Amino acid sequence: MTNNPPNVYLPDMATIVEVVQETPAIKTFRVVLNSEERMRAFHFEPGQVGQLSVLGVGESTFVINSPPTRKEFLQFSVMKVGELTGHLHKLKAGDQIGVRAPLGNHFPYASMKGKNIVFIGGGIGMAPLRTLLLFMLDNRADYGDITLLYGARSPRDMAFGYEVEEWLQRNDMRTVLTVDNGTPEWQHKVGLIPNVLKEINPGPENTVAVTCGPPIMIKFTVQALQELGFDDEQVVTTLEKRMKCGVGICGRCNIGTSYVCKDGPVYTLAQLKQLPAEM
Amino acid sequence: MTTARFLKARDIAPWLEELSTAYTVLAPARHGDTVVFRDFNPANGIDMEHLSATPAKKALLPPCETLFEYKTTKTEEPPYKTAIELHPTLPEGKVLVFGARPCDARAMQIFDRVYDGNQARDPYYTARRNNATIVTLACDHQEETCFCDRVGGSPVDATGSDVLLTPLKAGYVAEALTDKGETLLNSTTFMKADGLKQEALNARHKMLEQVPDRSSFLDMERNLLSLFSDLGFWDKTAQACLSCGACTYLCPTCYCFNITDESHGDSGKRIRTWDNCMSSQFTLEGSGHNPRPTKAHRMRNRIGHKFSYYPQLHDKTLACVGCGRCISNCPVSFDIRNAVACAIQQADAAREHAHD
Repeated sequence: MTNNPPNVYLPDMATIVEVVQETPAIKTFRVVLNSEERMRAFHFEPGQVGQLSVLGVGESTFVINSPPTRKEFLQFSVMKVGELTGHLHKLKAGDQIGVRAPLGNHFPYASMKGKNIVFIGGGIGMAPLRTLLLFMLDNRADYGDITLLYGARSPRDMAFGYEVEEWLQRNDMRTVLTVDNGTPEWQHKVGLIPNVLKEINPGPENTVAVTCGPPIMIKFTVQALQELGFDDEQVVTTLEKRMKCGVGICGRCNIGTSYVCKDGPVYTLAQLKQLPAEM
Repeated sequence: MTTARFLKARDIAPWLEELSTAYTVLAPARHGDTVVFRDFNPANGIDMEHLSATPAKKALLPPCETLFEYKTTKTEEPPYKTAIELHPTLPEGKVLVFGARPCDARAMQIFDRVYDGNQARDPYYTARRNNATIVTLACDHQEETCFCDRVGGSPVDATGSDVLLTPLKAGYVAEALTDKGETLLNSTTFMKADGLKQEALNARHKMLEQVPDRSSFLDMERNLLSLFSDLGFWDKTAQACLSCGACTYLCPTCYCFNITDESHGDSGKRIRTWDNCMSSQFTLEGSGHNPRPTKAHRMRNRIGHKFSYYPQLHDKTLACVGCGRCISNCPVSFDIRNAVACAIQQADAAREHAHD
């Protein structure tokens, strides 16, 4: 098989080395490219996405949610919502999967240096934030105060539980958890993310807010951030739209002149306001 | 232009037959009541009179093509590990489009900037493009639905063509514009015709004189931008639309596609097919969220792409060549010219209002 010039539609075949059941609906897949050379050369930035293939079923887009500072495998977290994700959820360690990655832009972590960071993640939207959070924790001295607000529908819908426990213990970040529906055992907050955000009241000065979650959550979180005094340039979000080609050709994921697969998925609110309201 | 030859009308079919040995030849021919681009077959004839209902874009982007094939094998012993081999299927063979119209040829350059540009390179498209030769027929009249002159083209525009044919009495003056075109005109079917160059030029001037003096749709990307937030405008514009997508499939500049898999037991293939941005399914996400939930959103994107987004990204070139196929074949007679003219008018009015 010759690959010169590279065929943008041809996935790298990879092996699933581990599957983690995060919640009843979310599984995390740790994968290693079959070509050792390709795996060694694989370079990506926090926030970049990839297309995962189940051959015979199709492809869909997921963020690479391991940070570039930890390179033993590439990690993707998948919520079971449809046909492809249903098939992905049947895969086990040792199974083969196609990977087209990395695609798109990344979080502007360089321009965030020296600033306070507020992460606001909802449900599976925690996955891309996790990448940047781990990257910043691995380069902790470069950043100011780090606050994480992570919300899910219920306690059992919170992914990355093993890490959340660790984050709660750390004294170099503040972690606030909330659920829409609590249980008697739930020790943390109950309430919608935008309301809890207003309650914890992060100051906008020298701060960047990074948010990802369902579109409706992003909409009201952005409103809450504006009420708290955050400017459009201080709000960063990541959009994972339905994509096919992943390289800005097929025309499915554009918002006006911007193609989420190559110009995104990471945008500031200021950038999004220049585009038609099609989030 | 360097070489000019003369092609008698009656010599077209034998010439194309001769070319069929080296090329897949696409030419406009009747299919029932319609003229469409079909694989050349002398029995079908050739229609040089009417603008075909379908464009020639399938020469570069077929309605359906295989990107790669895959084969799965399992080890015979436990733990029955699988291995998957991928085999890309890059297109081979030369294609000749005969009788493209100036709008069809210009449309191919609109594809080029996206599929073979600085940002991305599509190896399937590039292979087809490099192997394609375009013989364009200058138009001796415009249909009522034609508006190439309003979007930067003309009925005699040679942009994107390897050979330009100008109709004269009893035949065509064929002028080569590229090396590929030169090679093509080496055929003994042609008569020498350097003396007819002036006559062809005069004929093309005469065609241009027939083009009505009317307003241009160029330089309006900002006007449309100012209407982005006015969903009411787009709602009204899209009211009659049935979301059937005929306009996108018949459009020579529409290039959106889908990618899907077909499996047959242990093997299968990944294919791409034309897709349609007027369909509500186009942007529907797995979660059920749809960023373009209404016809108004989808119409805004389609017209916005052709007259605002693409020109902003590609040196002000419109992604519409004014062939009018979307107008003549729309089941509810939606006229994109009216929509664009209304948008210009609306934006002008809004600007004046702002100055008052």
